[in-house]
This record gives sequence, structure tokens and C-alpha cells, in this order.
Amino acid sequence: MKKILAVVLALALVVSFSAAAMAENIVKIGVFEPASGDSGAGGKQETLGIQYANSVQPTVDIGGQTYTVQLVTADNGSSADKAPSAAQQLVSEGVSVVLGSYGSGVSMAGSPYFADAGIPAIGISCTNPGVTADNTHYFRICFLDPFQGTVLANYAYKTLGVTKAYCLAELGNEYDVGLCHYFVEAFEALGGTVVSSDTFPTGNSDFTSYINTATALGAEVLFAPCSIAYSTQIISQANALNVTFPLLGGDTWDSNKVIEAAKGTNVKIYIDTFYQEGGNPEFDTGFKAWLNANPDMLTNNGGNDMVAAVSAMGYDAYFVALEALKAAGTTDSKAVNTALWNVDYQGVSGEIKFAVPGDAVRSVAYIKTANTTTGAWDFVTVQSVD
Amino acid sequence: MFSTVLPYLLSGVSVGGQYALIAIGYTMVYGILRLINFAHGDVFMVAGILMVYISASGVPLYISIPLVLALTAAIGFAIERVAYKPLRSAPRMSIMISAIGVSYTLQNLVLYITGGLNQFYPSIPFISDTVTIGGASTRMVTIVTPILTLVLVVALVMLINHTKIGMAMRAVSKDFETSRLMGIKINSVISVTFVIGSFLAGVGSILYFTNYSTVIQTSGSMPGLKAFVAAVFGGIGSVPGAVVGAFIIGICENLLKGLDTILIKAGIITKTFGFTTFSDAFTFALLIIILIVKPTGLFGEKQIDKV
Amino acid sequence: MNSAILKPRKRIDRSTMITIGIIIAIYMLAFGLEQVIPASSMIFTVLKKGATYALVAVSMNLLNGFTGLFSLGQAGFMLIGAYTYAIFTVPVANRLSVYRYYDGGVIQFTLPLLLAIVLAGVVAAFFAFLIGLPVLRLKSDYLAIATLGFAEIIRAIFQWDKLGVVTNGSNLLREFPNFNSFNVKDANGNVTLYLSTLIPFLIAGVCILLIVMIINSSYGRAFKAIRDDEVAAEAMGINLARHKMIAFCASSFFAGIGGAMLAMYQNSVQAKSFTTAMTYEILLIVVIGGIGSVTGSCLSSFLFVACSEWWLRFLDQQQTINGWQVPLLRSGFRLVVFSLIIMAVVLFFRQGIMGSRELSDLFKNRWNKPSRKGGVKP
Repeated sequence: MKKILAVVLALALVVSFSAAAMAENIVKIGVFEPASGDSGAGGKQETLGIQYANSVQPTVDIGGQTYTVQLVTADNGSSADKAPSAAQQLVSEGVSVVLGSYGSGVSMAGSPYFADAGIPAIGISCTNPGVTADNTHYFRICFLDPFQGTVLANYAYKTLGVTKAYCLAELGNEYDVGLCHYFVEAFEALGGTVVSSDTFPTGNSDFTSYINTATALGAEVLFAPCSIAYSTQIISQANALNVTFPLLGGDTWDSNKVIEAAKGTNVKIYIDTFYQEGGNPEFDTGFKAWLNANPDMLTNNGGNDMVAAVSAMGYDAYFVALEALKAAGTTDSKAVNTALWNVDYQGVSGEIKFAVPGDAVRSVAYIKTANTTTGAWDFVTVQSVD
Repeated sequence: MFSTVLPYLLSGVSVGGQYALIAIGYTMVYGILRLINFAHGDVFMVAGILMVYISASGVPLYISIPLVLALTAAIGFAIERVAYKPLRSAPRMSIMISAIGVSYTLQNLVLYITGGLNQFYPSIPFISDTVTIGGASTRMVTIVTPILTLVLVVALVMLINHTKIGMAMRAVSKDFETSRLMGIKINSVISVTFVIGSFLAGVGSILYFTNYSTVIQTSGSMPGLKAFVAAVFGGIGSVPGAVVGAFIIGICENLLKGLDTILIKAGIITKTFGFTTFSDAFTFALLIIILIVKPTGLFGEKQIDKV
Repeated sequence: MNSAILKPRKRIDRSTMITIGIIIAIYMLAFGLEQVIPASSMIFTVLKKGATYALVAVSMNLLNGFTGLFSLGQAGFMLIGAYTYAIFTVPVANRLSVYRYYDGGVIQFTLPLLLAIVLAGVVAAFFAFLIGLPVLRLKSDYLAIATLGFAEIIRAIFQWDKLGVVTNGSNLLREFPNFNSFNVKDANGNVTLYLSTLIPFLIAGVCILLIVMIINSSYGRAFKAIRDDEVAAEAMGINLARHKMIAFCASSFFAGIGGAMLAMYQNSVQAKSFTTAMTYEILLIVVIGGIGSVTGSCLSSFLFVACSEWWLRFLDQQQTINGWQVPLLRSGFRLVVFSLIIMAVVLFFRQGIMGSRELSDLFKNRWNKPSRKGGVKP
């Protein structure tokens, strides 16, 4: 009986959804981001960038008609087992294009669902090469881990002048492990030594042993490209252990949560990121004003109006999606997919143009350091591979 | 050699003491109800979340700490009354499933309230300070934890052995039905057990989160499981056993995290083996081994199966 | 627990006929729906995942409900099954990209799909045999915690960097055939016949049928005797160790196949997601359905999946009714409501949906209905 009831309900839902969509000109953009779990904080900031972009530009002209953009959000829970149903939810709502996700593992887990439905996806800050490899529907506007790993290795070896590194990654996290892999490759190619490359189990909160290991093995830098949840703990425990070597982080560390944890400590922190606050003053002021007008959004941003790089990236991704919709001249997702290959958009984070297999051409990363007295990120340099 | 091992030992002693405080709650409840209280680790986590929210509202520490401990004890009491008491005559599996249900509910409630984000634990002066012992830096909490744990355990053992309620607890854990016949108010004994267990978990949570600084809804599950393993390891039902078990597990776990380094320093190996991958798994391997070799744990009493 | 199962019947009676009829109708419906409703609908997600969970729940029920062995290792066996399936079916051409950090891995061949699914079960059962040798001697709670610990150990082993050439370490396994690969396509790649929902139903159906046959066989009767009273069962000449081992391995075999199905449903496998939370979820499904009822486990797994993935989703979004903003609704509220429902079932409907009855019992004449209360003894 219940199964029959389920089917009837299902049919009713399908009918009501399709009826609603026909009422006016609406184009749906899926937001595939984590709102909970280890990457929740980052995912929320990325979503904020998209929402702000939507408030700036709520309509788009497609094929001579004005469409209202409707954002459909699905929480992928930062985990590869929750991602499929979130992806399926977006697909069932009939989105034309998907933005996201923060975190490479979830992007890869959701990818086949978008592929099956012929929906293109634009990765915002998922840096693992596996996301766009072997497919034609996943794009990304950020740089990749081989690039990022090399940039960081170069910075550590050439600028910081260190020769011994210790790497720490979360076990079972595609992003961490991948970035460490490329860092080790590049660092050793430069002539440095990686004293050990360790992994910690998910949900771990005792990092003192790992930090002790780094000290004992004489590491001169600790590279830990993990999610915000863990990086904040590493900072506070490294401070308690009075470490002398600097901490090196990847793009995930660019968060006001991390700087909050670093404030008042004696730890040196260097990170690389996609965008530096001040890079586009117009965007910065607009975004801050929007955040401050909206207490909920301010909370989602971590309680203050600092501009995270992922927010700027989210903002750009939204406009890239609009460009593709305009170029396609239709809301049909397959046409949007084709159109995406030719998009050339000047965003706040730089020029965005896709090359095979769907990655934006990026040649520089911004290096920032944590100012532990003021509690802000200080710009250090623009670093490229050479 | 010693200077290599010392930092890991310190971490181990510290985390061991915190596991011990959680493990006592498990072992006491099991001793009396024969119930693995799967929700206990989550009570520990909720205590952490309470502290975050109470101090965020601007309450000074000398009020917020007792308030958190009292609230945690109250939560333990409430859980027992709502979720376990109605099932007292039900099969043991039902009550264990109810415990899993409570754990699920607490986690989801906290997920909802916090939005699934890490919450920063307020830093408590003195125990957050850094000290140096034998060349190894650590937090004051590392030294405070084992001392406080031992003081609390001694107090608890005194309570169990020398007070009326303690006698009632021992009686109930020996024979549930008979002690009921003897006029012991079973329900109040069980409530007291839960209150004590949750209170200690609250103390544990203050020490633990001061050390590790962030709380999220899943923070309680791994420490909870390990504390339970510690309780089984020491012989479930025995308070000193749980404490010894917790220290052994805390120390072993941290030594394993440093095993690669220790072996490299000692010149036994030259390349790392990735032993740290197994720091959690090792706890469970230890559990399975002890269960097979000595099923009642280190200090457990031999139980006779009744037909 | 009831006469329908205990007594081997020679003649097919009315209730069995109706049951078979209903099951056939469900399969036809699953097949029919897929041809009519767009493939993107959430209903298929629910049906596919529901079928997967139904198999796993029934396999857990075989152990917990019918044999009385309280095991919490289900997620571990599913992990083994999922990895076995994925490792042996990733197309050779894609291995270099999937095993990106391990130069394509060591396994450079693929097995036929069905063989890989069966192998998933066999490997899981083999691990169950190894772990069962020591732990099956343990009593209820100790067994539960030992199997739970075992699942955690398995998870760590599969993520170990040194085994990465086989398991891909911390990284996702993906690009293996999934349920959609069963759809019949024409030359242009357009689907002409949808089978992606029917196939999981068939796999789960066949496996559940096998489990029901085990339960109704002499082994099944021995299992139930062990559950009801171990000492008495032993006195009757039942070899405890042997029968417990058979139940444990059989349950793990089907959990492994369930794991392979989960891999196909998810399109990707990562050891990280096979946590104790997954085992708890399955245990709750078994309890909601009724411990000791195969029908109950199946029904409740579909209900559970539908609620958690679909029907309660609206609770996560802010809703406005006639300009009135409904309070409390925001991300995560769904799970709060869901867990409260579960607590209510655990506390007030202890028998679950079906108690220990089966579908066929519902169509029996009133006087034939078992009057004894079901339920599992401790």
C-alpha cells in the first residue's frame, strides 16, 4: 500500500514541479555546495559569492527573452556518500547548469549524475585534476593541484629557503592527498627533502603527535593542505607546542576562521589562494555592504565581512554561467555545455577561459601570510611556477 | 631516544585521562544496566557545545563551568528518563537501539543548531597555557588532566565503597532483581549513575576541548568509542579498570602516531611505513585481541551465564 | 517466529499466491514507471538506494533478527564488497586516470559484471570467516563492539597508502559500470529501454529470495533455535559454532553484494563513507521494519530512504505560507525531525512496522493469524 502511495505522491510532485516551472521565464542554476561537514564553512562562503552575484544580476537575456535566475541549492554534506543524492536532487529540479563544489571529492562523486543528465558543471575551487579529467561536462575556473603544489613548493624552497618539509593530509580526502602528492613531487624535484608524509584519520583532533613528529624529524616547514576544521586545530596546537617552523597551507586555508585561530599566536602561516582582497575594490565594497545588510549572510561568512577568495570565485562562476546561457541562446543544458567551451570572461579574479579538458587557464597564485597581531591576511607576493 | 618518545607520552597521558573520564560513564552504566550507552560520547560533545554557547553569551568562566557541568548532568538524567526507563523490561537489544537513536538525535540537533560548522571552544586561562617539560612543550591541561582524573576517580571509588548510595549501586550491579526485592529504589540508583557519568563526561569535555579547541557534532563519536573500548579493555563494570584501560589506549595510540619517527630516530628503519594510518584502527585491534584472550577485560569479574 | 516460516508447506495456499502476485506487480510497476517518468526524477534515486538498503537490511536481519547475533560490522562488509566490485570493474582504459597517483595500479584486467558482483559477496564472506573464527565466541554486546571495531580496522586498511596500487588509497574509485550501464541504448546513445531501476530490484530480489530460502531451510530453523535459547539449541544437537559461522558468512556475503550495489548506485567508492553511522542507519531500518521480518526490512528501507532523501527535504528549505514564514525550517531541520520520528518508533512502536510477520501473513484468514506476540528475546 505504502509503495503505491509513494508512487502517487511522486507523480503529484513531478506534475506540480513542471507546472511551476512553466509559469514564467525562469532559468535554474544549481548550487552544489557543502553547507555542513568539514568543508561546510568554506562551502557557505563560496555560496555567498554566488548569492551576491545573483543579487547583483538576477536576470539574464536568453534568446531575446528575459529570464529570472533561480538558484537551487543542495547540500552535499562534504562527503562522497551524501553527494550523489544532492546531485540527483539538482538534476531532478531541472537545472541548466551547476556551480560547485568546494572540495574535489564531492565534485567527483556528483559528476556522473550531471554527466548522465547532460548538465554541465562549473567547479569553483575544486583543484584536483580528476574533476575535469576524462569528461566534457565538468569545467573549473580555478587552478589545479599540480600547479598549486608546484607554486607552494617553489615558494617554500626558493623564497622561504627551506629544504626539509613535513606533509600532513587527511586520510581519505582526495584533495589533501592529491595536493600533498604534487607538493612532494615538486619539492623533491627542486632538491628538497620531504622528511615524512603522514595522514591523520577523519575526525581526528589530536595533532600534537604529528607536530611533534615534524619537530623530531627536523622539518623546516609543515605543509598541511587540509580543511578549515583541521587547519584551525593544527594552528592552535602548533602554537601550544611552540613550533619554530612555518605552517604552509593550500587554498582551503584562506578563510576568516583560520585567521581567527591564528590571531594572537606566534605561528608563521603562509598560504596560496585565488584572489586577494583589494584585487577588485568595486567587488569588495559591494560584497561587504551586501553582507552587512544581511545578518544571516554575515553569520554564514563566519561573523565578519572579510572577503574570502572562494566568494570571489563563486561570484565569477555565476557570471561565467550567465555568459554561457547567453551564448547558448537557450536554457537547454546540452547547448549550455557546448557554449561553455567558448566563454571568455573577465572576472574579478582574472580572465576565465576554458581549455581542454575544461580547466581555466591560470598562471599565477597569490601568496598570503597571516598577520597574527591584526588578525588579517597580508599579501606577500604573486607566485608563478617558474 | 627518551626525548623523542616523551612528547608522544605526554600527549598520550593527556588524551588517556580524558578518555578515562568518559569511560567511567560507560562502565558504570554497563555495570548496572548491562547497556552500552552509545549516546554517552554525544553527551560529552553536547557538553562542549553548551560551553561554546554559554561563554559566547558573555557569562564569566566561574559561572559557565559549573553551569555546563550541571546542565550536562541534567541531560544525562533526562536521557535516561525519556529513552531508557520506558524500555526497562524490553529486550536488551531494544534499549541499545534506543541508545543509538539518542546518539543520532543529539548529533542531528547539534548539526541543526550549529549549522554543521566547527565551533571554537573558549580558551580557559591557566589550563590553556603552554609549559615545557623535559624539553617538550605542551599545554598545562596535559598535566592537569591526569591529576584531576585521579582525584575524581578516588572520590568516585570512595563514594561507591563507603556511602549508602554507593552500596545500592554495587547491589544493583550484582543483582538487579534481588536488590529491587530488598527495597532499593532502582530508578533513583540508575538516575544517580547517569548523573555521575554525565558529570564526569562534562569534566572530560572541558579538558578535551581546551586541548583541541574545536567542537562539531561528530566530535563525540570517536572519543566515545575509544572510551568504550577502554572500558571493555579494563573490564567493563570496573571503575579502576576503565581508568587504566583509558590510559593504556591513549598512550598506545599516540605512540603509534609517532612510531615511524621513533623507529627512524632509533635507526631501525629508514623509510616511513605510514603507521599513523592505523592510529584509530589499532585501538580496535587491541580490543579484539583482549576480548579473545581475556573476554572479561583486565579487571573484569568472571560472569556466570544463567539459563 | 510464526507458523508460515516454521512449517514447511507442500501446497501453495492463497496467501502465498497473493504475496507472489504483489511482488510481481511491484516489479512490473518498477519497470513501467521507469519507461514513463523522466529518468531524472528523485523517485528512481529512492528506488535504487532503497533496493540496495533493503538487501543490506535483510542480510543484517538474518544475523540480528533470525540468529540473535548482534553484529555491528555491516558497513565493513559493505566496504569490502564495494571495493571488490569497483577494483575489478574499472575499465582498463580508465585505470591510469583513476589510479592517478599509483601509475594505474597493479590490476590491469576487468571481470564480467555479474562475476564481480558475486566476487564482492565471496570476498566479504571470506573476511567474515576470518574474523568470525575468533569473535563469534563472544557474547552479545562484546560481539557487537568487536565487529564494530573490525569495520573500523577494515576502513583503515583500505585507505592505507601502501595498498594504494590495489585500493587507490585515500582516493575515490570511479568510472566503473553503474546501474545506468544496464539501460539499452540505440546507435545514437539515446536510451530505448530503461533497466536501471529494474536491475537493482532484480539483484536485491534474487538475494532476498535466497535469504528467505535459508531462513526456511533446516539451517534457518537452527538459527532461530540458537536465537531463542542457545543452551537448549546445543542440547538438541545443533552445532553452535558451525551454525553461527554459517549465519555470519551468509549475512556478510549478502552485505558484500549490497556493498557492490551501493557502489553502483553512488558511482564512486570511498572508504571514508563506510562509517559506523552507516551501520547504525541499517540497524535502525531493521528495527523500524520489525526485527525478524524480511518484509518489514524491505518496506522500512524504502520508507527510510524516501524520508531521508526526498519527502522530508522541504524541511531543509525556508517555506512561506501566505506570507507567514514558517519558523525553524532551515538546513538540518529534516534530520532533527527524522531522528525524532525514529526515537518515537523505537520507544512507542517497539514491534516496528511488521513485528515479526511477513507479507503473506497479512492475507491469512483471521483464525490462522499467529496470536503469539512476536519480538526477539535478549
